[in-house]
Amino acid sequence: MKIKGRVWVLTDAKGMLIDDIDTDMIFHNRYLAETDIAKMGQYALDNLNGWEDFAEKAASGDIVIAGRNFGSGSSRQQAVDCFKSLGISLLIAESFGAIYKRNAINSAMPILEAPGIRDAGYKSGDIIEVNTENGLIVNENDIQFQGRAFSRVQRDILTAGGLFSYAEKMGPGN
Amino acid sequence: MGHTVIEKIFMNHSSDEVKPGNVIWLDIDTRTARDFGGPNVVKRLETVYGGDVELADPSRTFFTFDCVVPANNIPYANNQQLCRVFARKKGMKVFDVDSGIGSHVAIENGLCWPGSIYVGTDSHLNILGAVGCFGQGMGDADIAFAFKTGRNWFEVPETIKVVFKGKPYEFPVTAKDLTLWTLRHMGSRGALGCAVEFDGEVIENLSMHERITLSSMVTEMGGIIGFIPPSEEILAHFRNVTANHEVAMPLPDADASYSRVVEIDISGLQPQIACPPKPDNVKDVREVAGRPVDAVFIGSCTNGRVEDFHAAAKIFSRFPVHEGVMAKAVPATKGVFGELLADGTIAALYKAGVIISNPGCGGCASGQIGMTGKGEVQISTSNRNFRGKQGDGDTYLASPVVAAVCAVTGEITDPADFLAKEGIQ
Ligand code: SF4
Repeated sequence: MKIKGRVWVLTDAKGMLIDDIDTDMIFHNRYLAETDIAKMGQYALDNLNGWEDFAEKAASGDIVIAGRNFGSGSSRQQAVDCFKSLGISLLIAESFGAIYKRNAINSAMPILEAPGIRDAGYKSGDIIEVNTENGLIVNENDIQFQGRAFSRVQRDILTAGGLFSYAEKMGPGN
Repeated sequence: MGHTVIEKIFMNHSSDEVKPGNVIWLDIDTRTARDFGGPNVVKRLETVYGGDVELADPSRTFFTFDCVVPANNIPYANNQQLCRVFARKKGMKVFDVDSGIGSHVAIENGLCWPGSIYVGTDSHLNILGAVGCFGQGMGDADIAFAFKTGRNWFEVPETIKVVFKGKPYEFPVTAKDLTLWTLRHMGSRGALGCAVEFDGEVIENLSMHERITLSSMVTEMGGIIGFIPPSEEILAHFRNVTANHEVAMPLPDADASYSRVVEIDISGLQPQIACPPKPDNVKDVREVAGRPVDAVFIGSCTNGRVEDFHAAAKIFSRFPVHEGVMAKAVPATKGVFGELLADGTIAALYKAGVIISNPGCGGCASGQIGMTGKGEVQISTSNRNFRGKQGDGDTYLASPVVAAVCAVTGEITDPADFLAKEGIQ
């Protein structure tokens, strides 16, 4: 599968890729009562310094690039669902928090690990294309970076549309 | 290239390529839910698939109630009943509120066995590494999926080898001191995201309850699971209780690849204590001796076995609980309680002034046998001392022997010093 879109590189005021963006910065606990996925997008990243207006800027199909340990902290599913709500097509990070990774894969949100991507030279506004089979990332100026390919499990769940739809397809005892 | 224990267990349960970093599908031998998390598993299954959802194999799917047993509030009572009704419909067995801590029920009844894979809604299920089983706690969506399909996915972790060096310890130093000493070395992130294999002379000679104590606190080191090479005692127990399964825990290959090898010297090991507010804030008991103690709790999945109460009874059969100290004992399971009743240990604890409760997590979870108030100091044999878990007071983690000695002196006391003072060997 190929995913192509405009990219948002989550950098700080000095232009450095931000590490350890936790679930409270992604989807603050004051919104946890929200259960309607359609309404979650407006709060995405609004507690992350310099990115409070992310939801207004982002468009369906966009791609996000973040630093190490993206999504550390609590197990809240909303921190994944708010990106689905905005139509974000792919989350790329140097690494993900363990629970965040399980949640994203289980809810069929495409995520890609790309350790070292901070030095690749991508900037916000670039159009990148990602080959999820082999993990290769390339932008319109032909800057290439090798991320990690999607695992088979990730592809299985993604194609099915989520963990529970996957279970449905397998049926009991399979 | 050879394989580590977890890699071999995964290879026996998956057709995917097993190597660290790979995400693979695993066939799960046993899936469970406790009264915490269980009701959400049921609700999720019923909303996603409807009330007539078919489970992959009800005979390998269980509820184990241990958190709030018996239910002491209406929401918990309703939730447990929701699980019971679901279980009846599906033909699943419930280990109900009289049974004890789920992970221990699993070991005693052979729901798990060396080389098997066991998941549930309990974050301390990696305790099952003590008997060579890959046990793992998961969220309710993941467990609902496992109920339905008998499978789930897992990222193959790296393995760290922890090798103990030095002369084995003697009473009053126990496996809990070894465990806290290990935590002192590893820290709360020392095994983050990794499987651990323990090795060394002291390990080979540990009996089942001691292995349980050590493996139970791999959680507090950030680890996925901690394996101990199986002893004859372990294998014999499982041959006894799991007639239908092959009982063979895989051993690591000689050329298995480890991400790290950590050596820990245990020579001259002294009684250890984890000071508030974190389990890895471990000191020698002597460093904090003298602080007045208000309460003591002996039990939990870390130290709730028969031998743990025997160790405490060595103290309580000679000395009464200090005036004003609340000493509480909670056997891990009904089986443990039964043995302690039969051999007179319960009577000895009772005579010393210890409060005794029915089996389960009581004392560790949800205050089933009381909580501490602000400023109160409690010595607990459990595994977590974060503020709030066992009350508002200060919780210290220590062995059953240390806890018992503190209960009789009314202050934090090194058991070796106490025994020397009393002229006891
Ligand atoms: S005793 Fe405590 S740590 Fe162990 S399973 Fe029960 S609640 Fe969890």
